[in-house]
Amino acid sequence: MLELRRVVRRYGGKIALRGVSLRVRRGESLSLIGPNGSGKTTLLRVAALLDRPDEGEVRYRGDPQGVTMVFQQPVFFDTTVFKNVAYGLRIRGRPEAEIGERVRRVLSLVGMEGMEGRRVRELSGGERQRMALARALVLEPELLLLDEPTSSLDPPNTWLVEGIIREAERECTVVLSTNQPFQAARLSRRVACLFEGRVIARGSPREIVERPRWERLRRFLRGEGW
Amino acid sequence: MLDIVLRSLWISGTATLLATAWGLPLALLLGLREFRGRRALLSLFHTLMGLPTVTLGLLLFLLLSSRGPLGPLHLLYTPWAMILGQALLVTPIVVTFLCEALERVDPALRDLARTLGASERQASLAVLGEARRGAVLAVLASFNRAVSELGVAMMLGGNLHGYTRVMTTAIALETARGEILLSLQLAAVLLALVFSLNLAVNLLGRR
Amino acid sequence: MRVRSLLLLSLLLVLLLPALHSALRGPGLRVATTTSLYDTGLLEELARVYREGGGGRVAFLPVGTGQAFLQARRGEADLLLVHAPAQEVEFMREGWGENRSVVACNFFVLVGPPQDPAGVENHPPLQALSRIAGAAGEGRARWVSRGDLSGTHLRERELWEEAGYDPENLRKEGWYLETGAGMGQTLLVASEKGAYTLSDLGTFLTYLRKGLVNLKVLVRGGKELLNVYSAIPVNPERVRGVDGEGARRFLEFLLSEEGQRTIGEFGVGRYGEPLFLPAARILGENSDPQLASWIREVALLEG
Repeated sequence: MLELRRVVRRYGGKIALRGVSLRVRRGESLSLIGPNGSGKTTLLRVAALLDRPDEGEVRYRGDPQGVTMVFQQPVFFDTTVFKNVAYGLRIRGRPEAEIGERVRRVLSLVGMEGMEGRRVRELSGGERQRMALARALVLEPELLLLDEPTSSLDPPNTWLVEGIIREAERECTVVLSTNQPFQAARLSRRVACLFEGRVIARGSPREIVERPRWERLRRFLRGEGW
Repeated sequence: MLDIVLRSLWISGTATLLATAWGLPLALLLGLREFRGRRALLSLFHTLMGLPTVTLGLLLFLLLSSRGPLGPLHLLYTPWAMILGQALLVTPIVVTFLCEALERVDPALRDLARTLGASERQASLAVLGEARRGAVLAVLASFNRAVSELGVAMMLGGNLHGYTRVMTTAIALETARGEILLSLQLAAVLLALVFSLNLAVNLLGRR
Repeated sequence: MRVRSLLLLSLLLVLLLPALHSALRGPGLRVATTTSLYDTGLLEELARVYREGGGGRVAFLPVGTGQAFLQARRGEADLLLVHAPAQEVEFMREGWGENRSVVACNFFVLVGPPQDPAGVENHPPLQALSRIAGAAGEGRARWVSRGDLSGTHLRERELWEEAGYDPENLRKEGWYLETGAGMGQTLLVASEKGAYTLSDLGTFLTYLRKGLVNLKVLVRGGKELLNVYSAIPVNPERVRGVDGEGARRFLEFLLSEEGQRTIGEFGVGRYGEPLFLPAARILGENSDPQLASWIREVALLEG
C-alpha cells in the first residue's frame, strides 16, 4: 500500500536519502534499523507525506488522512490531554459525543485512564509519549509511522509502549524506526537496514538480526560500519 | 467627561481591532514562512514600532486633507481618520509581538497538526493557538499605545468637541486653557487605564 | 585620561552655554497675547523694530486670552496684548494693570465655503448668522467655532446672542463644531468641512495665501465685527517679579509714531492690504470720527 521508488531527499545541505526504494504491504509491520543519521527519520517523514522527495516518488494507496506519524521527541499543544488527543478527531469534524467516547477508550488502552483533564505540561516523559501514541491511535489510522518510539523512555515505559505497539499492529500497518535491532526483532515481521541514506539489507528479523546472513551485515550490526 | 473617556475607548479599541485584523495574517506570513528578505521585513516592523506619532500624523494629514489624494473621502477631522491613523500606528506592534510569539512556538507543532490531518490553514491556526499568550500581549500593548498617543489623534481628529475629542487631546486642550483641575481628572483616568493595562501585560509576560 | 575628561567637560559646557546664557539673561520682556495676533506675524515685526531701535528683547507668549490674564495675575507676564474688552475692564478694576491703552484694531470677517450655501455674502453680520443657523438646521451648512474662550470666540458668542441664539444650546447642535484650538487650526477644519466661521483677517489671509484653505470672505465691516487690541502693562505693585519699567517702555513704543506706523503698514507688502489699523493714532487725530467712536464703544473706553 505504500511504495517509495528511488526517493532522494536532501536535508540541510546533506543528502539524507540516496535513492531509497521500499514497499510496504497492507497489514505488514516493518522496522527500520540503522545508526543515527542514516536517514530513518527522513524516510518516515517522506512516508508520512510530510516532506516531498526531491527525486523519485512516493505512492500511497489510500486516504492521505489515514497516515499519521508519531515523532521522536514528544510535541504537544499546551493544553489538556483530552484536547491533545481529540485534535485529529475535531479536525475531521466528528461529533463531540463520539470524540469523548473514543478519547477515553484510547486513553485506557495506553494506561492513562482518567488523565484526560491533566495538562500535558505536567506529565512525565513516558506519559507524554504514551499520550502521543494515543493521539495517533484514536484516529484509527491505516498506516502508523513511529520514529524511535522508546528511545527516550525508561525500561518500564518502554515495555508499556512496546505492548501498545503490538496491539496497534493488529489493527493497522506499522512502520517504526529504532536504534535497537532486537526491538525490531521483537516488534516486526520485516526489517530493513539503513546506512547513509540507502537500504543495505532487508529481510525477516531472523535473517537480519538474530542470525545475520552476511558477514558484512554482522560487522555492521556490531557497529563497524558498512 | 464620561463621553470623552468612552470615545477614547471606542476609537482606540476599534483601531486596535483593525490593526489586529490585518496584522494577524501579516504576522502569520512573516512568522511562519521562510523567504528572502524576511529578516529585513521583520527589522522594518520592529523599527516602525517607534514611529513618532506626529510623523505618521503629518503623512496621513497630507493624504487625507481636501487637497490631498484621498481628499474626496472627507475623512480628515473625523473619528474614522483617527481610527485609521492609530491602526497604522500600532500595526507594527501587533506584527512584531505576534511574530516573536510565533517564532517561539516549537516548529514541530506544525508537522504535528498536519500529520493529525490538518490542512495548511488549520495547521497555521494551531500554531497561532499556541502563541495565544503572545497574541493577547500584542493586542494589549497596541491598545495601550493607541489610547495614550496624542499626535495622531490631534492632527487627524482636530479635537472637535463632542466629536473627535479624546482623553489625550482633551488634556492638552484643558492644560493650555488653564483648566488644570479638569486636566488632572482626565489624566488620572488615563493613567489608571494605562497602569492596569501595563500590569496585565507584565503579568502575562512573566507567566 | 585627564585630557579626555577635560575635552568632554568643555564639550558639555559648549553645548549648555546657549541654554545657560538665555537662562541667566532672561527672555526679555514677557508679553502674553492671543494666538491669532501672534499668528499674523505683526508681533515679531514690532519686536524687531523695537529691538533695532535699541529697545531690548521682547518675548511673546501666545497662550490665548484666558491663559494670558491668568499668567498676568501670576506674574508670568509683564504686559498683556489682548482683545477682550470686558475682561480687560475687570482686570483693570481689580487693580492688576495700569495704563490700559488701545494700540490697534481690525475687523473680524465671516468666512465660508465659496459656494455660500446659506447665501450670506454681503449681508449684515447678525443677519448672516441667522441665515447660517437656518441653513444649518436644514443640513445645508455647518459652523466651526474656536471654543477656546479666546477673544475671537468670545466675540463669536456675543454675536450669536445678539442674533437671538443661546451659544450653549448651539454647542449641542450637530452642525456646530468646536475645535478648542487657535484660529489657524479652526480655519483648516472649516475649510475641510466646508463650514462657516468667524476669523480675524490676518490669519485668514495668511492661510489663504499659503493655499491652505478653500474659503472666501463673505461678510466684513460693521461695528459688530470691530476688534480692538489693547496693551496693559501688569501692575508691578500688585504682582511681584514683573518688569514694570520694561513694559512701560514697550507701551510707549507701541503708541509712538514709529509703532503706529509699523502697525498700520503691516501686511501691505504681502497681501496688498494692511491687516491692522493704528487705533491709537485714529483716536488721537480723530480723522475718522465714526471709526473712532466705534473703537471707543467696543473697547469700553470711558468718555
